[in-house]
Amino acid sequence: MTKRRVVITGLGSVNPLGLNVADTWRALCAGESGITRIEHFGTEGYATKIGGAVKQFDVTSVMSEKDARKMDLFLQYAMVAAEQAIVDAAFPESLNRDRVGVAVGSGIGGITTIEQNYQQLQSSGPRRVSPFLVPAAVINMASGNIAIRHKLRGPNFAITTACTTGTHNIGYAARTIAYGDADVMIAGGSEMASSPLGVAGFAAARAMSTRNDEPEKASRPWDKDRDGFVLGDGAAVLVLESLEHAQARGATIYAELSGLGMSDDAHHITSPPENGEGARMAMANALNDAGLQPQDIDYINAHGTSTLIGDIAETQAIKDLFGDYVSRLAVSSTKSMTGHLLGAAGALEALITVLAVRDGIAPPTINLDHPAEGCDLDYVPHKARKMDIRAAVSNSFGFGGTNGSLLFRRYDV
Amino acid sequence: MSNIEERVKKIVCEQLGVKEEDVKASSSFVDDLGADSLDTVELVMALEEEFETEIPDEDAEKLTTVQEAIDYIIANL
Repeated sequence: MTKRRVVITGLGSVNPLGLNVADTWRALCAGESGITRIEHFGTEGYATKIGGAVKQFDVTSVMSEKDARKMDLFLQYAMVAAEQAIVDAAFPESLNRDRVGVAVGSGIGGITTIEQNYQQLQSSGPRRVSPFLVPAAVINMASGNIAIRHKLRGPNFAITTACTTGTHNIGYAARTIAYGDADVMIAGGSEMASSPLGVAGFAAARAMSTRNDEPEKASRPWDKDRDGFVLGDGAAVLVLESLEHAQARGATIYAELSGLGMSDDAHHITSPPENGEGARMAMANALNDAGLQPQDIDYINAHGTSTLIGDIAETQAIKDLFGDYVSRLAVSSTKSMTGHLLGAAGALEALITVLAVRDGIAPPTINLDHPAEGCDLDYVPHKARKMDIRAAVSNSFGFGGTNGSLLFRRYDV
Repeated sequence: MSNIEERVKKIVCEQLGVKEEDVKASSSFVDDLGADSLDTVELVMALEEEFETEIPDEDAEKLTTVQEAIDYIIANL
């Protein structure tokens, strides 16, 4: 069977840097940080008091306040991001919605809703638990609600693979189109895990930065003074479309999604092996899927979370795969600006990689003042770089050792 | 009694996100005020909380209009 080609024709996002794609891309190219002190709950007693919140979020463009009460914020973020992406794709009225599917996942789901209802259960008993607890909190309700609002009757699913969630959803959405099950897929990830319990849990795992007095400097991938990741909130959604379908309706094409690579470390629940072998395999599999060689890649949007072991493992994986060519490769971590959006990270970074390919701009790694030992790639420190980007890879690695890489090509190549 | 009527209508407005002038005694929660099955469960919970009473499920199922809710509260307070 011949694989159908898949292109990107719409983008949408709310995240710590902005409430739409244009503001987000401008902030990324300017090297701005979206990390601030946590203000939506009291952080007394918390080792980590910082995060990448979505600021001044307004859901009313998509639903009433009344309907919003029945949805956890992770669902509201997904709904707004999907709306933007679908509007951006500018579909004609004649769109066959039986052939349009949705794949928007989340790593954690509605943890805030679960916490609030558990408190209600403890204080007032089971009869005070909301009938909306389950539909407001379970992960696939992002895909479900997007389908209901836009009457999309094609394949509908939500892959959950921790921090690789967004990448896997987009990758499998592309396969769904390539295989012929759908012509269009609305795909991405959404996360709102910075609840009192969520922050406490990641802090207990000693995974997060505690640089509370300098929030904007806390996410510093590959820097010798890095001390863990910074949790971010938000959603990103891409419209994926078969090339044929996009051309037939004269759609504006951002880039082509030409590869998905996957693997698992099979090593430890939260840590990668230092040699990054699983990460290397994921990238190699993406190249293989796209039929490209290492020297065809100009830019990598790294997973780069700012953790001690993860940053070194990914660097090693890139060196092993790209060999001598690595010196001509630009690698950056936009998590230095957005923080780590967990299940939405792969989606937001896929979106960023698509824009990098379209505009020929590698966004920077900010806060990289003193690269740590063994971290010696071209990480595009501090300032964005205008450069020729023929093809680019976006990496995501998650708890459970699950790895995913997406490969995007400039459409005019 | 009018006090109870006002309190019931106020809760209906809050829970179902409808305007006060649209809530009449004869209004059906589902047919007139746009509630679904989960909305009505939540509405009954809010009434229980407001009037510090417990409405058994078999009674709750019979409360389909604003007037029925008002009558039930008055009879069971």
